[in-house]
This record gives sequence, structure tokens and C-alpha cells, in this order.
Amino acid sequence: MTSNADSPHPFIPNTPSERAQMLATIGVDDFDALITDIPEQHRNSSLQLPNAASELEVATRMQALAALNQDAGTRPSFLGAGAYRHFIPSTVGAILQRGEFVTSYTPYQPEAAQGVLQSGFEFQSAVAQIFGMEVANAGMYDGPTAFAEAGLMAARVSRRNRILILDTADKRLFEVAEAYARYQQVEIEAISRESVLNGDVPDDAACIAFQSPNFLGRIEDVQALTDAAHAAGALSVMHTYPTALGMFKSPGEFDVDIATGEGQPLGVPLTFGGAYVGLFTAKQRFIRQLPGRIIGRTSDTLGRTGYTLTLQTREQHIRRERATSNICTSTQLIGLMVAVYCATMGPSGLRKVAELSYHKAHYLANAIDALPGWNVIRESDPPSPSQGQIQRGGPSPDTFFNEFAVECPIAPSDVNRLLAGRGIIGGLDVSDVVPYGILLCVTEMNSRQDIDRLVDALSGIGNGGVA
Amino acid sequence: MSEGVVPNASVADMHDRRLLMDRSVSGRRAIEMPAADVPLAEMPNDDLLRDADDLQLPEMSQLDVIRYFTLLSRLNFSIDTNFYPLGSCTMKYNPKLNDQVASLGGFANIHPLQTDDSVQGALEVMFELQEWLGEATALPGVGLAPLAGAQGEYAGLLIARAALEMRGESHRKVALIPDSAHGTNPASAAMAGMDVVTIKTDEFGNVDVEDLRAKADENACVFMLTIPSTLGLFEPNIIEINNIIHDAGGLVYADGANLNALLGLVKLGDLGVDICHSNLHKTFSTPHGGGGPGAGPVMVTEELASFLPEPVVVKSDGDVPSPARRERARVRAQQYHLTRPDNSIGKINGFHGSFSILVRAYTYMQSLGGDGLRAVSENALINANYIQARLRDRFDLAVDRLCMHETVLSGKRQADRGVPALSIAKRLLDYGIHAPTMYFPLIVPEALMVEPTETESKETLDRFVAVMQAIDDEIDSDPDSVNHAPHTLPNTRLDEATAARRPVLRWQAETD
Repeated sequence: MTSNADSPHPFIPNTPSERAQMLATIGVDDFDALITDIPEQHRNSSLQLPNAASELEVATRMQALAALNQDAGTRPSFLGAGAYRHFIPSTVGAILQRGEFVTSYTPYQPEAAQGVLQSGFEFQSAVAQIFGMEVANAGMYDGPTAFAEAGLMAARVSRRNRILILDTADKRLFEVAEAYARYQQVEIEAISRESVLNGDVPDDAACIAFQSPNFLGRIEDVQALTDAAHAAGALSVMHTYPTALGMFKSPGEFDVDIATGEGQPLGVPLTFGGAYVGLFTAKQRFIRQLPGRIIGRTSDTLGRTGYTLTLQTREQHIRRERATSNICTSTQLIGLMVAVYCATMGPSGLRKVAELSYHKAHYLANAIDALPGWNVIRESDPPSPSQGQIQRGGPSPDTFFNEFAVECPIAPSDVNRLLAGRGIIGGLDVSDVVPYGILLCVTEMNSRQDIDRLVDALSGIGNGGVA
Repeated sequence: MSEGVVPNASVADMHDRRLLMDRSVSGRRAIEMPAADVPLAEMPNDDLLRDADDLQLPEMSQLDVIRYFTLLSRLNFSIDTNFYPLGSCTMKYNPKLNDQVASLGGFANIHPLQTDDSVQGALEVMFELQEWLGEATALPGVGLAPLAGAQGEYAGLLIARAALEMRGESHRKVALIPDSAHGTNPASAAMAGMDVVTIKTDEFGNVDVEDLRAKADENACVFMLTIPSTLGLFEPNIIEINNIIHDAGGLVYADGANLNALLGLVKLGDLGVDICHSNLHKTFSTPHGGGGPGAGPVMVTEELASFLPEPVVVKSDGDVPSPARRERARVRAQQYHLTRPDNSIGKINGFHGSFSILVRAYTYMQSLGGDGLRAVSENALINANYIQARLRDRFDLAVDRLCMHETVLSGKRQADRGVPALSIAKRLLDYGIHAPTMYFPLIVPEALMVEPTETESKETLDRFVAVMQAIDDEIDSDPDSVNHAPHTLPNTRLDEATAARRPVLRWQAETD
């Protein structure tokens, strides 16, 4: 220890004399008598780690490490692709300071956990409402795992084993779904929008699963995809960006069966990709097939309202190998952040965030379109593989929310490096999906000034200012 | 519920359990968003847009939002307010420095898809944590991606299957699991497409070695050993057990969800374990958050490291070849990289793991250091054995042996007097102590699993003992009261049967 051996560590109260007293009560002479079951040759293997450090020393070192990172909170950033920089109201951080929430356990003792349970019920209510769906669970690990579990649930519900994912979805969604489904006797396959809309869906499809806005930010024709899924006897599974639902129609309005999303945009900081919360919603009739924790309303022996974990017979601690999922510890606290966010933003705040993001993103897209050498990529540009879509009355294939892909005059990785030199975090290099493509995202956090700075920087690149 | 005026400030609001939507007043706002500073774009087709009144979220003032959630926080037990002797959950103190560090802008505001060179501090945290966890377990291949213990288990099992498949042994599909195991073990094994074969526990609480020997055959993929066991015992035959599995051609998976008993006392890799996971929200003190987020890193032997889930952070020595000379200086400065191991089982979640939890765990490990981590385990053992020693005259022990970090009591004597373990647990709540884990492990009748952790003082343990004795006395003096506990919390016992039979899972406008 940093201090003398008689002083216990600040996190460990037992003093040497208390230790001795307790060992005497236990009836042993020394500590070693407690670990005789450990094979002797491997006992007391010392840890080759630095010694304890004081709070001041640790804080200083961690601040120094934090300072090595380029903080997207203090410079313009145009990165999205599944994690989004949105405004977080002060109420979220304030409630997150409450140790009563932060340091409580999973609410297995409902009488002693009504705070966690009622706030979780608020989370379910808000998520179901935003998604326009009948029920939501208490949260999954993150968006992609929620989407993967939705595919598996569709297979259970439909008793079919082919999970078809529209090829416009983020490849992360495919990869995680594949890892979840690897040994589940289901197939994960990509399918094109054209195949689905032409009715070319195999008759053993469990679901048509798609992302809207899709990986490149475009709004899919949710109604047409859902109708096509239903016509094939399959479920419609939609993965979405919840902020977009502040202005776009909800999955529920299109009769989607299971809808999932990444909860991070609703009040959760970027934190390098986690911890986030997966949003999972479905039609009421599927509730006994849902994965994860669910909180229900009930009453106590005096007839007063209270909340409890419910439908637990689906879960691993009851059903063991026949559970609907192995999920146990999930993301309750991040769900609380979402609940406080939704209560603070209210209907008008959420709509405003969506609209600001939409308008600012379109402002940037229009400005980039005007730059020589730069093109916002449009599906309707010839040659387009999906000409048939517009006639169906759905969205134009180029309708986007707040993300769009741009064709760069030079390699996108070079664009990002040049932007970094000007203090701007650029977009995501998507040249593996579209040649010379960069995916840009704009939210209410990007001021007009930031956007103009980006456009100015790009114009320099377009004019041959590469060097 | 009564809307009457009650002359007790604390009780009055605690019984006002109306939901946000019941408190909502149309037109109120808790936040003002700025006006657009760009020209408005043309809106998409009307048939894509949501009606303004379709989105029914609460409309509250800002104070009412804060007051509502603050009220809810007070309806809760937590480590900051209560002792939680909750077996297998390791409810220890969650140091505040860890939260403070995780909220630093340089950690909280970095995007997971930023280039490696712009997040070197974050990657260093992850790399160092990999190294430290590898050292603590003598399993040097560390993957930080799993978002909780169950995901760590699943990742570990995928690694086992992938490694055996590469050996040409894809027929090995059996997971051998002791009957005392946590429910996630068989659930994860089922997800990994395995057939679960249960192994018996002998009268001393150990794995029944002969049962294991008989069942470990050419189909064995993994043996999932919880260590210490859910009975709070260290498996004395662990080396023999591991040899049996290895001789049968299988791999040993240790559910090291809880390393709190082992730090500096023994390393799992030294014992022949091939794969383990650890819950950072237990041993490494990250807050449980009312049910997550957690993190469940998976640790493996050197031979299995190439199968780890993506990503793993590697450190370069600065000699990364670069085609462009002007880039060389930059590349040299960049030491840490996110990589996909060669035979990776792939991505099991969206990004890089629960980074905010990883930062907390690394901060904690630095505060303790090698010597402090050993002190953690020593005191966790002392505290558990102290409780066991002091309660053994009143309560039966599941197994009459010294324990590791937790002790499993059996409330059999109390049940015979008409009060089941459930009621003892509920009665503890009235004394401000969280219930122990009940009825688990499943093989112990009336189990009460008690894990005090090292962060509790002797006074707290003594009070717990006194309360358990008082409840034991109440069983004779007023069993009815114990059987109807709790009496002093915001709710009495809840009707869970009705909750499941007629599920109400979200706010709905009152129709009556």
C-alpha cells in the first residue's frame, strides 16, 4: 500500500486488529488457513502489477489519458453510423448522480427496488410510445444485439429458420446477428430490396429485417417492405434510429411486427461505443417470446400500485437452457438516462431535435453538392438498381434524415486526415460500400458555423489542395 | 391511492406513485431547444411524416422532472444507502472516482468510429486493462468486447467451439455443467448450440469427480466450472478435474464471474483453465446500475487468443511500415490499434464493449494495485467466514466447511418452524438490509446465500448478525409478522402472479 501497513486501504475498513479478532472468531490462526483448498503449488501467486496509488495520483493519470483523445464534444464532428452526438439535457446528468439508482442491484426484491422498477416502466412506456409499438422490454445491451435477438425471436414466432436482412443495413448488424445465430439452426442471409419488393421472398423466411434510415442514411419504404414480408408469411423487423421518429412515421404505423433501435441518441454520451442500451419493441401478442427483462404493473397486499419484474418464466434463471435469451445483467441505468431524456424533451423537444438534424443535414448536403468535384450520392442517379420504387408511392429513394454519403475526389481516408489537421472530425470512410464514399452525419449539435467550416475545408480539397 | 393531505413530508410523496403521463400537463416544457440557424429544407412527403399529436410523451416543467425521478430514487435500496449481502452479486462499494473519470470529456465524448490515432488515450486504457486482467488470471488473451457476464460466457463458448472445429472436432457439442451452476451457463450453452449434460455435486459441495469422469467423453466440448462454486467453495480437486477434461479432449471454461475470492491468491490459468470471463460489475467495483450496464471480458490461453471477439487492442512498437514518408512520424506516434484477431469469432455487439465500464474498472485496479487487490480477496474471505462463524449456531450451513467469499446458509430449521427463506429475506428489508440471494443454488433447500464483500466494516457485519438473530427470535414470537414482511417499505409484497397473468407493461390512459 501507499501508506503504512497498519492503515487499511480506503476501500477496505478492516484494521489489522479487527482482522485478528475476526480470524479468532472464525477459529483459525491466520489467513492462510482459509485457503487450504487451493492447490499449494499455485497458492499465493503474486500479482505482477503496480502497487496501490492514491486518488490524487490515479485521477491525474486518468485525466492525462483522457486528454490524449480528440473529444468530439469540443470540436466539430460529422461521424454517425450508429452512434450519434445529440444534446443531453442537464437533467440526465443530475439524476445520474443519484447513488440510489447507480449503486442498486437488479430489482429481484421489488419492494426494495420500486425506484428502479417504476423508472424502468417509464422507459418501457416512452420507448413503446416513440416506436408506436404495443410493448417494449426493459432494454437490451445495445442496438445491434437487440436487432440480432429480434431476428431470433422472429424465427421462434414464425417457426421458420431463414432470417433475411436487407442488404442496405449496416454490416455491423449482419455481423452481430451472425454471431448470435451461429449455432441456432437458423440462416442469416442478405436480400436485396428489389427481391423483396418484387415478391421474391422464399416461403421459409422468418422475417424481412431492415434498417431505416439505412446504413447510408436513406429512409426505406417501410410500408412496402412490411407488406412484402407479410405476403410471404414472414414478420417485418425494423431497426431504426429513434431520434428520426421525432418527425418520421413510427414502425407501428406501418404494422411492423418487431422494431429495435440503438437507444444511445436519446440522452446517452458517445463514450467510445458503450455502454449503450438496445431498444426492443413488439406487438402485444408476442410478449411471451420477448428476450430480456420486462417490468409490469401490479398491486401489493394493501392494494397499492407497485411494479415488478414479470414474465420471468422466459428467462435464464428460471428456464435455464430453454430460456428465450441468456441475457441477465442488462443496461438498466442507461435506460434510466433514456427515461429522463424523454421526460425532459417531451413531444415538442424530440420533434425539434429531429427537425434541426434534418434541416442542418440538408443544408450541408446542398452546400457539398455545389462544390466542384464533390457529389452527394443518390440512388436515383443512373444507373440505379431500384427504379421501381417511386411508383409505389413510398419515399423517394433519396429521402434521408440526417446522414448521407458523398463521393469524394480523393480517398476518404485522406479527406479525414486533412480534416483532422483542421480540427474537424470527418465522416466515416465507406469506400468499401460506395467507391470514394464518405458518410456524413449532422445533428442539432453542429452549428451553421461548424458546417460552413467543413464545407470550406472540403472546397480546398476539391480545388486540388491535397498536399 | 389516497390524495389526502398527510402530515409527514417523507411519506406523503412516497405514496404518490402516479406516472409521468399522469402528471403531464399539455403545453409545459422542461427544455427549450434553439431555433434553426440554417435555411429550412424542403420537407419529405407528408405520408412519411408523423402527426404532431401522435407522439405522446410527458409534458413537464424541469423541476417536476427532477422531483419525480428524485422521488423514485428514494424508493430504492442501493449500496450507497444499504448493506447488500447478496450472494454471487458482489455488491461492494463503487468508488466515486471511477464515475468521475468516466465522465471526463476525453472519455465520454469520443465516437467509437474515430480513427485510432485520435483515441490513443482510450486505447491505452483498454490495452492496459487487457494486460492487467491477463495477469490477474494468468490467461493472457483478453477480449473486452462482452457487454455483460452472459455475453462473456457466450463469447467463451463460441471460442471453444471455433477452436475445436479448427481441430476438426466439430462433433463436440456437449457442455458439462454442475447442478449448482448459475442459469446463464445452460442458457449460454444452448445459444452456442450445445447439449447440456448436468454434473452432480457431492456431499462436500465439490464436483462429483466420478460423475464427471463418466460423462466426459469424445463429445465433450467444455466443462463449465464456476470457481469458487455457487456454494462459496473452492474446488479442491480442480487440477484433477481439469486433467479429466483435457484428457477427454475438451476445454475447461471457468465461470469466473466472481474473481473477488481469488485475486492474488490463485490464478485460473495456472490451474489449467482454458477460458474464463469476469464480471467487472462485481469484482472490479463498477456500479450495478439497478441491472446494468456491466462488462464481462473473456480471458483465454495464448493458444486461443486468435479466436477472441473483435476488437482487441494491440500495441505496436513504432515500426509500422508506411508507404508515404511524410506519414511516418504520425504512425510512430500512434501506438495502439483496434484489431480483429485472425480467427475471431466476430463481433458480438456494435462497437468495442462497455467502454464507460472498462474505464471505471481500470481506474479501480490502479487505486488498488497488486497489493490492494490481494487485500480485497483476503478481506472478502475473512468477512464471509466471520458471518458464517457467527451465524452457524442459528442457521444450518449448506456445507460445513470454511468458505471463500460467500457462505450459503440453509433456512431449513426456520422453515420447519413455519417461516421460509423468502420471509427471512423480506424481513431483512425492514431492517434496512438487502435480502441475500434466495433459493440459489438450487441444490440447497431454503438457501440464503450471503456475500458481504471486503468493503463492509465489522460493525456492519455484527449488525447483520444481530438482525438475523432477531429475526430468528421473531420466528418464535411473531411468525406471522415475518411471513408478511416487509412492512416498512413503499410497497408490501407484490402480486407477481397477476402481473404475469394480466401483463400491464406500459402507461395507458385511464379508461375508467
